[in-house]
Amino acid sequence: MPVFYGTEIASPLMLGTAQYPSPAVLTEAFRRSGAGVATVSIRREAAGGDGGAFWEMIEGLGLPVLPNTAGCHSVREAVTTAHMARELFGTDWIKLEVIGHEDTLQPDPFGLVEAARILSDEGFKVFPYTTEDGVLAGRLLEAGCEVLMPWGAPIGTGMGLNNVYGLRTLRAQFPEVPMVIDAGLGLPSHAAQAMELGFDAVLLNTAVAKAGDPAAMAEGFAKALDAGRLAHGADPMEARDMAAPSTPLLGLAVLE
Amino acid sequence: MKITVNGAPAEVTATTLSEALHELGYAQARVATAVNEQFVPGAARTGTALSEGDRLEILAPRQGG
Repeated sequence: MPVFYGTEIASPLMLGTAQYPSPAVLTEAFRRSGAGVATVSIRREAAGGDGGAFWEMIEGLGLPVLPNTAGCHSVREAVTTAHMARELFGTDWIKLEVIGHEDTLQPDPFGLVEAARILSDEGFKVFPYTTEDGVLAGRLLEAGCEVLMPWGAPIGTGMGLNNVYGLRTLRAQFPEVPMVIDAGLGLPSHAAQAMELGFDAVLLNTAVAKAGDPAAMAEGFAKALDAGRLAHGADPMEARDMAAPSTPLLGLAVLE
Repeated sequence: MKITVNGAPAEVTATTLSEALHELGYAQARVATAVNEQFVPGAARTGTALSEGDRLEILAPRQGG
């Protein structure tokens, strides 16, 4: 199972906590997913608000939590959000998002590296939401990151792995670095493909939360991740262009 | 004194962040705070004086992906 900053998690599924139709559905989806990590955020609290109730529900899941800096567009915002999340959740894990474009939610690579360096120097264990760019990955590792989280596709699109070549190259370039495909997955088959490519885990939210039956979809992802992990470990055959018969030709009858 | 709390205008008699949280109804809440875009840890709230026009952000755990 994946090991992040020395901590082994129980499943390669990291599941978000947003957009579920109800707390009960969320809890059931987590139960059937067998997720190893729950992702959370921080937002403005109304006086007498229900932040406490949400937190009690998350604590009830009994999972490590990974707070994010979702919605931050600047280094300063992301760093301050990380500080506040560390105090609220009592963890030095932070999913670092520095968003570069409002429509694509593509990471800002320059701000991301700068924020990652600041937070790593302060002792945070940074999980950067990044792209499949190998040069950027190298800079993030130099900045102190020990995990990388390249996107599959833009957040919330459900398109799956948009650039398989780029992701395969990134995986090959840094074979020892734990990597999580974060964002853009829509179907269990996308998660299976990520694992078949040798990624260590996936992080998703919308694909489960916005499914008609989130709990069933969560279990579907869990099974797909198992399938993909087994396939990767089983050394898959090489693809080829021309057909090759699997049934032996030896002993074929002459009937014409 | 007039301050801004989570983007909305507010009026408080408190002179410190800690007092303001009590006055604004956050006494028992699990929150993290920032004043004028600077994080203020829980332990520093009592010693953090507020001034006219200060901008408070009061944040709590929420759903996230």
